[in-house]
Amino acid sequence: MKIDRRDFLTYTTAAVLGGAAGTMLTPAPWKLMDDAAIWTQNWPWTPVPETGPVTYKPSICTLCPGGCGINVRFVGNRPVKIEGLKDHPVNKGALCPMGLSGLQYVYGPDRIQSPLKREGKRGEGKWKKITWDEALAAVTEKLSALKKSENPQSVACITGADHGTLSNLIARFMTVYGSPNLMRQASAQDTGEQAVFLTQGKQGKPGFDIENADFILSFGAGILDGWGSPGRMFRLYGERNPKQKIIQIEPRLSDTAARANRWIGINPGTEGALALGLAHVIIKESLYSKNFIEKFAFGFDDWTDAAGIAHTGFATMTAAYSPKKVCEITGISKAIIETLAREFAGSSRPLAINGRGQGVLPGSIDETLAVHALNALTGNINQMGGVFVIPEPACAKWPDPGMDATASNGMQQPRLDGAGSDAFPNSRSLLNRVPGILNGAKGDSPVQALLVVDANPMYTLPDTAATQKAFDRIPFIVSFSSFMDETTAYADYILPNHAPLERYQDVPTPTGMSHQVISLAAPVMDPVYDTKHTGDAFIKIAKALDGFLGEAFPWDDYEAFLGDTLKDQWGVLKEKGVVEIALDPASSDGFVFNTASAKYEFYPAARAGEGKKDIDVLPSYMPAAVEGDEKEFNLLLFAYDSIRLSGSAMANAPFMTKIVDDTVLKKHMGIVEINPATAKKLNLREGHTAQLATPRGKASVIVHLYEGIMPGMIAMPRGLGHTAYSEYLTDKGTNINSLMAQVEDPASGLDMAWGIRARLSRA
Amino acid sequence: MSSTDHHHTNSESAAPDPAHQSSGDSQPGKGWGVFLFFMIGFVGSLLAGWVLFPDLLYSKKNQPIDFNHAVHLDIVDDGCNSCHYFEEDGSFTGMPDLSKCVDCHESAQTDDPEEIKFVDEYVTPGIEVPWLNHSKQPDCVFFSHSAHVMGAGMSCESCHGDIGTSEHTRVYEENRLTGYSRDIWGKSISRLGKPEPGEPLPMKMNDCAKCHEEETGHKGACFQCHK
Repeated sequence: MKIDRRDFLTYTTAAVLGGAAGTMLTPAPWKLMDDAAIWTQNWPWTPVPETGPVTYKPSICTLCPGGCGINVRFVGNRPVKIEGLKDHPVNKGALCPMGLSGLQYVYGPDRIQSPLKREGKRGEGKWKKITWDEALAAVTEKLSALKKSENPQSVACITGADHGTLSNLIARFMTVYGSPNLMRQASAQDTGEQAVFLTQGKQGKPGFDIENADFILSFGAGILDGWGSPGRMFRLYGERNPKQKIIQIEPRLSDTAARANRWIGINPGTEGALALGLAHVIIKESLYSKNFIEKFAFGFDDWTDAAGIAHTGFATMTAAYSPKKVCEITGISKAIIETLAREFAGSSRPLAINGRGQGVLPGSIDETLAVHALNALTGNINQMGGVFVIPEPACAKWPDPGMDATASNGMQQPRLDGAGSDAFPNSRSLLNRVPGILNGAKGDSPVQALLVVDANPMYTLPDTAATQKAFDRIPFIVSFSSFMDETTAYADYILPNHAPLERYQDVPTPTGMSHQVISLAAPVMDPVYDTKHTGDAFIKIAKALDGFLGEAFPWDDYEAFLGDTLKDQWGVLKEKGVVEIALDPASSDGFVFNTASAKYEFYPAARAGEGKKDIDVLPSYMPAAVEGDEKEFNLLLFAYDSIRLSGSAMANAPFMTKIVDDTVLKKHMGIVEINPATAKKLNLREGHTAQLATPRGKASVIVHLYEGIMPGMIAMPRGLGHTAYSEYLTDKGTNINSLMAQVEDPASGLDMAWGIRARLSRA
Repeated sequence: MSSTDHHHTNSESAAPDPAHQSSGDSQPGKGWGVFLFFMIGFVGSLLAGWVLFPDLLYSKKNQPIDFNHAVHLDIVDDGCNSCHYFEEDGSFTGMPDLSKCVDCHESAQTDDPEEIKFVDEYVTPGIEVPWLNHSKQPDCVFFSHSAHVMGAGMSCESCHGDIGTSEHTRVYEENRLTGYSRDIWGKSISRLGKPEPGEPLPMKMNDCAKCHEEETGHKGACFQCHK
């Protein structure tokens, strides 16, 4: 048999076909297909989770001032999850979305991985990696030169908080260096502190025993939207006593309002008038606590001072706030005002709170005084379910450091922001005034060097364009941020801090807690990148500077400083993580007040002075004139807070942006809420793209019709529209701060704005 | 000229009678030849696929130490739980790490050469034993021992077979492509038939789903295992 080429091909084909048919009848192809799929999982670039034993390390969340206890789950050496710490007195296991996504702040793409020096133009994003020695030397050199030129007060520092040992350390640094210009952005906490100081004479933060109150009257406080300590508020709702009533008063149906017993819509910015109107009804119908008013209150009734001058008391003053008039101001009916006042005064433990949303904006001091007066009328001060004053934690006082002549002279210069001056004696920091002052200054900028710690003023201050213009005038900006936020992207040098889980931080009593809880956030992991604790960086710079700075900082590092400062508590804090000074109504201050009259001052004598009329001293309602011409801008725009978004210096983690509704953000477009009736008038429909304009800025937005917002108003959330960070945040929605303008409270200098006039037109 | 001739022959032969041409030009048994080669390929691949392939796919390895489960089970108080136990939070420890072994084997208890080797090579230098895990699943699979043992009250044997009474370790057959044990697919390469009593059950996703369907009435949702 002769096999030619053709036969060969035929037989080979037959054999191959036979082989193929046979193979299909064996397990080999099916098994290999399955194995190949699993083989792809073993490719070296396929991410695989860490393996190892599971352990937990407790710590404290420092992403917001809420101070919730956290339990970090580790697999091997890798932290993989953050849970709420079950036995922490603040949150008892509950945690907000930001706390839960805390690990993304450590490993996320926004982290700054080493010290950087700006290469290109400001904000261009061109950086050169430098060593820590180079970075610290550059800052030291600049500060040294400014001091030599007898200009130490031209160094300003913006921090995120003025509580806690890191801010104490920075304050000491600034004092010995010779600059009074240590600032931070004020919040509702500031107005709260001022209100308790003016009425009760106590320095401290107001604390609310919200768990034990049976009637919570919230003037816009977003209890479920991140107000106070979010973990604590979640727990409050989780374990809510069915008898506890929550009444939410605000112009928009927020998540808090939706879950309250009742939502009462109000014209924005008129909350103070409502509080005074409620006081009017309570006084007129004699529903107040006689015991408290008669024995422990000052300035309730009309009175005559030592000089024989007759003064108007709080009771007489509230006569001007009849339900009819308050109805006109607030838009709430007379009947509701009267019923609300009766229900409030008739409850056994009523509690009035304020601070719009998360309390980001300070608001008017008079409004907070008026709301606080409701608590006083019912005698609910230092009582179970009432308001307490939480003092600053007792820390070691360091001997006054020596100061050279230049530093003394610098410290005697007036503060740039005017806080503590004759005009605003009770305000601690007025950062909101700084951009205006810098932009208005003639000649050289009064700020020659700016140090920014845990703050992002270029995002969080109202009127972003003006802030940027002001920062353009500052020749030297140093950021100590761990993240590439807007301010850091605009800095000249970046000296990155460790991420929150990598560093020590003491956490004073969280906002709104009714008893003292001091916690220690201990690092749970080694730093991932070439970062340095900002406390260590300041100590190193101090030691490198001439004069008394080195002497003022004898500690080797921040941990040594922290241990020495917390003294007796350090041991307990290191072991247990928390020191609790429990609430004991029996032995607490009762009705002891530190004011001049030793009483609760409805008439805050501390506000009285030359040429001040009684009406200026007593809490009153003054409409906050928000910016914008009514004809040109026919709508009112205000910002709201959401627990899924962070409007603070610590921006959203990617996980949080993922859970934002598509009625808030759609792809890269922010969404504005408008009442259907108003939209109809403007010829706008759901999903329309529109141009939003305010006197301060413009933005392209998508229209969302929402019955839960009052007619004539539009709202957008805080926390979107970042221009820095990474792709997870950049250009998503609108930064509402860029559309806003501040309104200075004449009584405090704080920003009392709640919104701005705006126009919405079809794009 | 040859190429022209060839062409010529071809076209001429194709034209008049293809059938005649076909039988005349090649051998009478060409059809059988095709069939023969087809069968050679067919049978050969069947043999390769059923007999050779499994041997080629899996490499054979021995455990680092020939562990005797039976001896240990006799001594310990709490059965399998003595070494393979649940943590307080419900997580399962799986194979004990060296520290658990050292509790008893700080020095050799017997003159068994495997135990002496274990002490010398692992306990004394403090090196974890690189045991080969017959039941290891890929990282994308979430499996809770707690839900099955504590929740559904299943015994260890119901999935892992009679390993507790074995006196020697089995040969570990490692899939060359995936790196996982042959036990996961099941001993039968065709996945037909059931494992003998006492043998471990296969642990592919379909095996999970099948048991879940029988026991709970539904196969379960993706996210139950793939978080």
